[in-house]
Amino acid sequence: MASIDLQPTENKSPSHQTTITGAEAVVQALILEGVDIAFGYPGGAIMPVYDALYDYQDRLHHVLARHEQGAIHAAQGYARASGKVGVCLATSGPGATNLITGIADAQIDSTPLVCITGQVPSHLLGSDAFQETDVIGISMPVTKWNYQVTKAEEIPIAIAKAFYIARSGRPGPVLIDITKDAQFQPLDFQYEKCTSIRSYREEPAIETDQIEAAAKAINEAKRPYVLFGQGIILAEAEQEFKAFVEQGNLPAAWTILGLSAMETSHPLNVGMLGMHGNYGPNLLTNECDVLIAVGMRFDDRVTGNLEKYAKQAKVIHLEIDPAEINKNVYADIPVMGNAKKTLPLLTQRLQKKDRSEWLARFAECDRLEHEKVIQEELHPTNDILTMGEVIHILNQKTGGNAIIVTDVGQHQMVACRYAQFTQSKSNITSGGLGTMGFGLPAALGAALGAPDRTVVCVVGDGGLQMTIQELATIYQTKAKVKVLLLNNEFLGMVRQWQQLFFDKRYSSTEMINPDFQLLAKGFRMTTNQVTHRDQLDQAVTEFIETDEAYFLEVMVGKENNVFPMVPSGSGVAEIRLD
Amino acid sequence: MEKQEFTITVYTENQVGLLHRITTIFTKRKINLESLTTSESEIEGIHRFTIAVTETEEQVIKVVKQIEKQVEVLKADYYKKKEVVQQELALYKIATETLTNGLEIERIVREHNARFLTIEREFVVIEKAGYKRETKALFDELEPYGIKEFVRSGRIAVARQQFGPGKDIEALLQASSPGI
Repeated sequence: MASIDLQPTENKSPSHQTTITGAEAVVQALILEGVDIAFGYPGGAIMPVYDALYDYQDRLHHVLARHEQGAIHAAQGYARASGKVGVCLATSGPGATNLITGIADAQIDSTPLVCITGQVPSHLLGSDAFQETDVIGISMPVTKWNYQVTKAEEIPIAIAKAFYIARSGRPGPVLIDITKDAQFQPLDFQYEKCTSIRSYREEPAIETDQIEAAAKAINEAKRPYVLFGQGIILAEAEQEFKAFVEQGNLPAAWTILGLSAMETSHPLNVGMLGMHGNYGPNLLTNECDVLIAVGMRFDDRVTGNLEKYAKQAKVIHLEIDPAEINKNVYADIPVMGNAKKTLPLLTQRLQKKDRSEWLARFAECDRLEHEKVIQEELHPTNDILTMGEVIHILNQKTGGNAIIVTDVGQHQMVACRYAQFTQSKSNITSGGLGTMGFGLPAALGAALGAPDRTVVCVVGDGGLQMTIQELATIYQTKAKVKVLLLNNEFLGMVRQWQQLFFDKRYSSTEMINPDFQLLAKGFRMTTNQVTHRDQLDQAVTEFIETDEAYFLEVMVGKENNVFPMVPSGSGVAEIRLD
Repeated sequence: MEKQEFTITVYTENQVGLLHRITTIFTKRKINLESLTTSESEIEGIHRFTIAVTETEEQVIKVVKQIEKQVEVLKADYYKKKEVVQQELALYKIATETLTNGLEIERIVREHNARFLTIEREFVVIEKAGYKRETKALFDELEPYGIKEFVRSGRIAVARQQFGPGKDIEALLQASSPGI
């Protein structure tokens, strides 16, 4: 059966019929959807699919993670770096429940995933059979769509729908649960890609009067200000976005998921929003007269206290998901639709304006932040190594061309604040869910999804230990992941909050760590450790230049803090520089 | 914003699990569903959910958008109390002997525009359709005679306008869809 030709371009049309098993139909459907790599972990209820994969190894490479959570985060990293749908396989019961964190992460960060789980045979459904769990019920609140297949004939349609739903509109994770008997059953296989579902609208229709109203408001604005999010990247609207801000001469700040949609060196890129974002972008949110949000959802980590958020501004919200309009911030002018289509319509209506006075406000804030925070973080005057100086040297060695994958915590905020980017889809981080343990497996997925690029995983000592077993997967796949461990021997972000808001009561945040050098060596990594500043430059050079996976550990200050900071419950203008 | 009574109507494909997908949208926000009724709609093959909640309009708008976003939902709308014609159905079971001890029960049933659904040797079942306050009023009057069992259905409601929300989804139904 392995020799069945799946290429629709050759002789056989995709609708030709062949009798195969459900399991083989899964594999053929994946190949027909253009999947060449899947991440997963085998087990009883998914074994027929794994057996079918055996015959297609030349066309569909399976990456064996060391834990299902590692598999799904890798699929997420792959999707974010490649722009394709990430695919993840797991067995029933614990295999499926181990996917849930990654599914929730993908849902909140709009990452297209298709997860396929095995399920107990249909006659055992509901009997508390071995490794049975109601994965449809469990995953329902965190999937864009899910479906349980109990008959082989449903497999092609279910998978076609899954890919269409995962990648279209606002992307998201989809789960298909397939009973073991359906995997064994024969079916007449014919595959047709799904292009529409009558109850599902990919994107809202564009309304010209919304475009006109938005253009008028921007043209009349004295202090317009753009906030951009991952919507730009998901819509592949980077060029359209740049043309928009350049035409309007509009200062633009990013959410951490929007980071890298526009090169960090662009003069109109004014920096990072949010709790640990830049000073000007936060402060001036409350000074602008027109706030233009593009493909972002006003997360609370971005807005701080909504009662004190941009109350003076007229808000324009460009958004593909109607449910995001007025969810957190009222949009005076909603502009519904796909940003790739709405932005050019807006750009062509914008007048060129001199905004030098307004832009100078951002420059002024930037100077103050440099003086109070950035200078010391990047060029410390004491002996203690900072996370910022490590990222600063990393920028010099990569030229801003690397994909930076981060975990969650202080290192994440520092990496987002200081890493430089020259191209899109280059900052991969767990934003909405804040999933510790995301970084290492996501970096593996990114390396496989963008094999020509340097992938650096910036990770803390806490998050690394949540999915450290994936170092074995990195070794097995020979992916050239560069792991940069910023070790402060603390759960740094929680410790920072304990210091600032809990009277320095460091409850369960100090980590007595293993010897990471020995551990990484155990995983057959090339390793190095930096304890002093004079070793750093050479170590990072070697880290980047070595043409293989590498584990570099930098011992940074144990009790360094990330500033600026908008304390929880405060308004964006109450941002603290120290 | 003050909480008030709303009726949410949802037109959906007939799909296993969709009920759960819709209710989790409420539970995620800790909103209590006062009642939820599913049935066919005026459109063949299309199901209709009727959901009763007491919430702020702002919250209801957000919930309705989240519901409408679900892949298998065709349309979701919400109505204030005065924008719908609504009914609930209540059944009251009482002992047959209470009837034989005088005409009181028959008088109550008549006055409340209720009716006897069945009269058995041991018990009778009274049926009353109406607003919650009406079925409650009958309950209060029957209670002294001993109610053996009581049940009230969820709210069902239609919009106070010539065409219901189903009108807007006819165009959607022209499009083809995969068979599951």
